Amino acid sequence: MRHLLSAADLDAATAVEILDVAGRMAATQQREIKKLPTLRGRTVVNLFFEDSTRTRISFEAAAKRLSADVINFSAKGSSVSKGESLKDTALTLEAMGADAVVVRHPASGAPHRLAHAGWIRGAVVNAGDGTHEHPTQALLDAFTLRRHLVGGGLDGAATGADLSGRRIAVVGDVLHSRVARSNVLLLRTLGARVVLVAPPTLLPVGVEAWPCATSYDLDAVLRGAHGELDAVMMLRVQAERMNAAFFPSVREYSRRYGLDARRLRMLPEHAVVMHPGPMNRGLEISAEAADSPRSTIVEQVSNGVAVRMAVLYLLLSGEREPATGTPTLPVPSPATTEGVSA
Amino acid sequence: MSHARPAGSDSPTPEFRAPLAGAADAGPAAARRAAGSRTVLESGEIARALTRIAHELLERNKGADDLVLLGIPTRGVALATRLAARLAEIERRVVPVGSLDVTMYRDDLRRQPTRSIASTDVPDGGIDDKVVVLVDDVLFSGRTIRAALDALSDLGRPRAVRLAVLVDRGHRDLPIRADHVGKNLPTSHLERVRVSLAEVDGRDEVRIESDARTQDATSISPIEGDR
Repeated sequence: MRHLLSAADLDAATAVEILDVAGRMAATQQREIKKLPTLRGRTVVNLFFEDSTRTRISFEAAAKRLSADVINFSAKGSSVSKGESLKDTALTLEAMGADAVVVRHPASGAPHRLAHAGWIRGAVVNAGDGTHEHPTQALLDAFTLRRHLVGGGLDGAATGADLSGRRIAVVGDVLHSRVARSNVLLLRTLGARVVLVAPPTLLPVGVEAWPCATSYDLDAVLRGAHGELDAVMMLRVQAERMNAAFFPSVREYSRRYGLDARRLRMLPEHAVVMHPGPMNRGLEISAEAADSPRSTIVEQVSNGVAVRMAVLYLLLSGEREPATGTPTLPVPSPATTEGVSA
Repeated sequence: MSHARPAGSDSPTPEFRAPLAGAADAGPAAARRAAGSRTVLESGEIARALTRIAHELLERNKGADDLVLLGIPTRGVALATRLAARLAEIERRVVPVGSLDVTMYRDDLRRQPTRSIASTDVPDGGIDDKVVVLVDDVLFSGRTIRAALDALSDLGRPRAVRLAVLVDRGHRDLPIRADHVGKNLPTSHLERVRVSLAEVDGRDEVRIESDARTQDATSISPIEGDR
């Protein structure tokens, strides 16, 4: 694994391997001494061009638990606000010797550009780009699902397993959700069946081509229109990205697509309730559903650290060609330019 | 994304690696067998060596009090379980046994393909103030044991740590020695010691495989053979 840019890049074997390593990492986090020396001397840069609480803290905790040095960079208060380009920021990070760059960016595709433009040698991890993807969130959701649905609440019992035959409903603002896309791709790779539930205005164009079913009717899906559900994943209504009227009113959205106590009771006994956070309590999820014993929302956060430890371990350990000299840039270096002009 | 598959390089017997990695190894492994290999310990000898180590452990410890056996995956765990069964037979009491994965404490993570991580399972009661016996199949460079000592210190503070190995093949890189050895095997760097155990490989056997071809010999790092 060189970079982690998209859930689509993961085949089933690689995804299961990441989840297995995450299980081992989670076990070390139960110990009194949680720190491991594994990535001593490596530098991980958290490059955040967009606000984030849990993802940044989660990556920071993961890197620190593996003894890597962490440099946090947020666009606010940096030279980006003076107009520095992504490329110049990347070259600065390369000069500082970043072994891995965890990047969140409002533009879809920014991590891909960072990984493949030749600006940096380090591994790139996509921590959310625009409305495109958020692969580590999908991995931690899959890890949580596997622990509950296959392992009966224990990682050890689920080692090596995928999610074949499980049915998961992803409900809410699919249009603005990078979590939904990554989850659909990864869960499908792991053998699960996904049904997206949203008002037509909040489903992206081209959703028919996604490897999943879609529905506009949450109650019908909960009643089993697409088979008995094993989990329901609520998505946040991303008001900050909504520049048009996607639904008539908050109350109407909540009534038709919110997970409340009544809908919670419609779920099968074993099914879990997930939410990637941050939650809009009372909008897409009621307090009763969020705080119910079958909610895995808090557990998802702690699993996030283990999954990100696994990703960093798999990206940063293992043989790498020795890093010597400066990175090869696709643009001509000053020396070459001189040579050509002379 | 090819680096992420389980590398299986912690196994001293490539022919028993995971199927993913096995295909690439079948050729050279077969060639090495042809180049010359001999069995140095057979099933009965392995059993007798373990029985002797069990008695030595009890003699050194003056009984089974506070003993905790920790096997280093993969084959060390099988050996630790067998030793625990013998101790239980001799002393008529249960000796706690667990596993200690050292992957995340190794000093060669950047020199090898990515290693998959095995489980660490410390018995109830922990290791604080206990006499921990590390159990591994082959003692070679000593780097695995160095990593194991680091891993142990993160798990607790044992009263003493001892080392029991089935085979000591020499060539230490570090000042580490075993307290209990099943068999000392003088080997050359070009040879490879393969331990097969019924629990993992379907049969009990220790073989030395000599490497006729030098390019093959250089490709086997001493650290890999240590496991």
